[in-house]
Amino acid sequence: MTKLGVTLTMTTRIFGSGIRRREDPRLMTGQANYTDDISLAGMVHAAILRSPHAHAKINSIDTSAAKSAPGVLAVYTGADTEGVLNPIPCAWQPPDSDVKAVDHNALAVDVVRYVGDAVAVVVAESRYQAEDALELITVDYSALPSVVNPKAAMDAGAPQIHADAPNNQAFHWVVAGGDTDAAFAEAASSQNHVVVSDTIIQQRLIPNAVEPRSALANWQSAMGELTLWSTSQNPHIVRFLCSLVTGVGEHKIRVIAVDVGGGFGSKIPMYADEMLAVFCSMQLRRPVKWTATRSEGYLATIHGRDHVEQVEMAATKDGKITGIRATVYAGMGAFLSTAGPGVPTILHGLMYSGPYEIPNIKGDIYGVFTNTTPVDAYRGAGRPEATFLLERMMDLLAVELDIDPVEIRRRNLIQPFENGHDVSTGLTYDSGNYQATLDLALQHVDYPALRKEQADELSEGHYMGIGISTYCEICGLGPSQVAGAVGFGGGLWESAIVRFYATGKVNVYIGTSPHGQGEETTFAQIVADELGVPVDDIEVIHGDTDLTPMGWGTYGSRTTVVGGGAVALSARKIRDKGIALAAHLLEAAEEDIQYEDGKFFVRGSPDQSKTIQDIALMANVAWNMPEGMEPGLEATTFYDPPNFSYPFGAHVAVVSVDADNGHIVLQRYVAVDDCGPQINPVIVEGQVQGGVVQGAGQALWEGVVYDDNGQLLTGSMMDYAVPKAHLLPNIEVLSTVTPSPHNPLGVKGIGETGSIASTVTIYNAVIDALKPLGVTKLEMPLSPQKIWQAIQQAKGA
Amino acid sequence: MAKIPIQVTVNGQSHQAEVEPRMLLVHFIREELGLTGTKIGCDTSQCGACVVSMNGATVKSCTCLAVQADGAEIGTIEGMANGSELHPIQEAFWDNHGLQCGYCTAGMIMTAAELLERNPHPSADEVRAGLAGNICRCTGYQNIVKSILAAAEKMGGHAHNDETGGHAHHDH
Repeated sequence: MTKLGVTLTMTTRIFGSGIRRREDPRLMTGQANYTDDISLAGMVHAAILRSPHAHAKINSIDTSAAKSAPGVLAVYTGADTEGVLNPIPCAWQPPDSDVKAVDHNALAVDVVRYVGDAVAVVVAESRYQAEDALELITVDYSALPSVVNPKAAMDAGAPQIHADAPNNQAFHWVVAGGDTDAAFAEAASSQNHVVVSDTIIQQRLIPNAVEPRSALANWQSAMGELTLWSTSQNPHIVRFLCSLVTGVGEHKIRVIAVDVGGGFGSKIPMYADEMLAVFCSMQLRRPVKWTATRSEGYLATIHGRDHVEQVEMAATKDGKITGIRATVYAGMGAFLSTAGPGVPTILHGLMYSGPYEIPNIKGDIYGVFTNTTPVDAYRGAGRPEATFLLERMMDLLAVELDIDPVEIRRRNLIQPFENGHDVSTGLTYDSGNYQATLDLALQHVDYPALRKEQADELSEGHYMGIGISTYCEICGLGPSQVAGAVGFGGGLWESAIVRFYATGKVNVYIGTSPHGQGEETTFAQIVADELGVPVDDIEVIHGDTDLTPMGWGTYGSRTTVVGGGAVALSARKIRDKGIALAAHLLEAAEEDIQYEDGKFFVRGSPDQSKTIQDIALMANVAWNMPEGMEPGLEATTFYDPPNFSYPFGAHVAVVSVDADNGHIVLQRYVAVDDCGPQINPVIVEGQVQGGVVQGAGQALWEGVVYDDNGQLLTGSMMDYAVPKAHLLPNIEVLSTVTPSPHNPLGVKGIGETGSIASTVTIYNAVIDALKPLGVTKLEMPLSPQKIWQAIQQAKGA
Repeated sequence: MAKIPIQVTVNGQSHQAEVEPRMLLVHFIREELGLTGTKIGCDTSQCGACVVSMNGATVKSCTCLAVQADGAEIGTIEGMANGSELHPIQEAFWDNHGLQCGYCTAGMIMTAAELLERNPHPSADEVRAGLAGNICRCTGYQNIVKSILAAAEKMGGHAHNDETGGHAHHDH
C-alpha cells in the first residue's frame, strides 16, 4: 500500500508523484526537535521585560530587587548591552529611497518606541523564576506622544519617533514606467476615458506561526564557539547577522533550525531577543534558552501588511487600462526590520502591472515609522497588497463601465508567452498563459450558471456574491545581481551537495531551510528522478549551518525554484561523472554510454551496464578510476537563477451574505494556479489550501487593533481571530502547467500564491453580493458588524 | 514555594513528583518528564497544540495545573504509536498530507482520537466543528479533516480507549 520505494520508481516517474512526506513520521510522533524541545545540561532561562508604553523616555531602571530574587543569575539592561551588541541591522535598503536605517538596540537605551520594545532581560535557573523576577524590575518612564497610523504619522505635527527621520519618513521609493501623469491628464480631458479610484486599507496582520519564537544559545568560551538553536527560516542568514551583532566570527557560529513550526515570513528577520539569549550565554557561560509566550510574540514578532493606499486607474471606455497611479503609506513599525523596506517596494510596487498590459505605472511608496511592532514579510509579502490593489481597481472599472468582471480582465490580460515578457515596471516575466487559468476556473465553476444562480438567489432575497481575480506574482527570489541592485544585503543563490556512499545511499545537503514545505521529500524526488535511486535511499539534510552548505533561506517561494535547481544540477553532475566512469568500466567510449532509469549502458547493448549503485561503489572505493578522475561520487552546485519566477492563476470565490445580520459564509473557493511542473502535487495542493485560508483570514476575520496610545488590543489568540476549521469550505485546487524557461526544473514556486490571490477574491465576492444593496466599499476584515452598518447606511442614503 | 507531591500515570507509566502548585501540566509533561511532543502554542486555550488526554477526555494542558492531574491517567502523542506501528490516526495524517510544519499535529491527533471515540463515523462538518479548539496555520484544515475522516474509515468504528486514555486501538 505504501507509495514509496523501488516499485514505484521503476514504473512511474517519481517527479510528479504525490508520495507521502518523509519528514512526517518524526513530526507525528513527538520525536521532532523544535527549538524549545531542546535542553542542555546547565541550561538556564531568560525572560524579557518589555515596554508597556508605545513611546516613552526611560528615566531610570532599578534591577536590584530582581537581581536578588530566588534563582536569578543576572539582570541586564541597555546599559549592559550597549557597545557590546551592535544594533540589529536592517538588511534590505532599496536604492534611491533615502532609507533611514535607524539603530535598533537589542535593549532600549533612553527611549522605548513601541509596546514590546525590550528593556531588560533576566536570567534564572527556571523560567518561572525568571518571569517572577521581571515583576521586581522598576522602570521609571516619562510617556511621550505616540502615533500608530502610517498616514497620520506623516502629518505635520505628528510625534517624531526618530530624530534622524523627519516626518517619520523611513524611505520614499518610486516605481515609474511610461508617462503616467500624461495618461491621467488624457483620461481627465477625454470623453473616451474613465478614472476609478479608491483608498485601500491593507490592515495590519499577525503571522501566527503556531510555534512561538525561541532561541537556545550555548557559548563555549574555551573554544570561542557559539551554537544557536533558533526558530528561523534562514539559519545561514542568522549566522551571518549574528556575527555582525555579536562580533563572534561567522566561522565560530553554528545555527541550528531543523524543525521549525511555521514561519510565513515571521521567522526571516534577525530579532533582538535571540541576540539577547546569545549575550546572556556569553556573559554567564551557561546555555540560555528564551521562548516567547504567544502574547509576547504578538508584541515582539513582526507584523505584516499595514498599508494606506490611494489608488487610481485610468482606462478607455472600452475597458483598456491606460494607467495606474498609487500613493502608498506603508507602516514599518518603530524600526526597520531585516527585510521590511523591500516588501512594499520591490515585492509590491514592481508588481503593479500584475498579469495585465498597463503601459503607464507610477507608485510613490512611503515607508513610515510608527510606534508599533516592526512590519516585515508576511506570506505573500507585498504581492497580496499589489494583487488586491489591481483586482479591486479592475472590479471598480467593471462596475463603472458596466462590463462583466471576467470580460474586463480578458481585455487587459497579457497574451500567452513562453520566454520573456517585459512590463512597464521594468520586470521581465518568465512565462505565462493567464487566459488558460481563467478559462479553467470559469469552466470549473460553470460561470454562466453561477451568475444565473446568483440572480435566482437575489430574486428570493438572498445575497450571493461571486469574486474573481487573475494574478501574477514574483517569487523564486534570485538572481543575486538583481538582489544587490535592489538593495538586498545578501545573495539570493542556493547551494546543494549530493553525496553518494559506497552502498548507493545518498545524502543531499541543502543550504535552504524548509519548515513545513516538505523539501525533505520533494528534493529526494528530484534526485530520485535524475539518478534512478529509490527515494528511500535518499536523505535530505537541512537547517544546520555546520552540516550544510551556504544558502539564503526559505521565503519568497524560492526554495524549490532556487534550492531545487541546485539539487538538480548537482544530480546532473553526478550523472555526467557516472557516464565517464561507466565508460571506463565497460571499456566503451563516453559518447556510447547511455543513461536511463538509474542505469548506464552501452548504446545498443543494454546487457553491458552499470547501475548507479555500481558506479557509487566503484567511485567510492576508487580501485579502478580513469586517468585523472577524482575518487568519490559527490557534487556541489552553487545555483544563481538568471531571473525571478512568475507564477500566476485565476481564483473564484462564492459567498453568501445575510443582509439581516451581516454574516458571511464562504460557500466555495476555486483556485487555479500555475507553478510550472509539480514535483509533488499533493504538497502543492496543501500549499495552496493553506495559503488561500490565510488570505481568507485577512478578508474576513484578522486584523491588528492598536488603540490611540499604541496599546495592542488584539494581544492574544483570544482577541485576534485566526481562521478555524468550521468557518471554511474545502478549497478546490486546480492547476495548469507552464514551465519557467530559465531554471533547471522549470518550476515557479507555490508557497504564497494562495494568500496573494484569495484576500481580494473574497473581498470582491462580498462587494458583489452587496451591490444590490448599494454597498460599494468596506474595510477589512469584513466583520458582520461592518457589513450590517454599511447596509444600514446604504439604506439611509 | 512549597512543593506538593503528585502521582501521575503518563502513557501507562507511573510517575511520582513534587511540583510547585502553580506548575502547568504542560510544563510538567515537557520539562519534568521530557515528553516534548506536546506543544505550547498560545497559553490561552485557543490553539490546542497542548491537547493531551486525561482520564479519557482531552484537556488543554497549558490551562491545567500539574496538581490537578494528581492520580490521573494521561495520554500524550508519544503514547499513540505502538512501537514502530503508527496509530491509525497517525497513519491517516501521513497518507493524507494532514500536516505541514507539524507543530499543531500532536494536538490535532489527540483531539481526533477523542472525537472518533465519541463519534466513530463523523461527517466532515462534525470533524470541522470538533476542531474548533485547534488552530493550524499551515494546512487550511482541509487535509486534517480528510485525515480524520480517513482514520474513522480505517478504524471501522471500533475505537476504544484503553487504561492510559491515549490509545485508541483498532482491529485490522
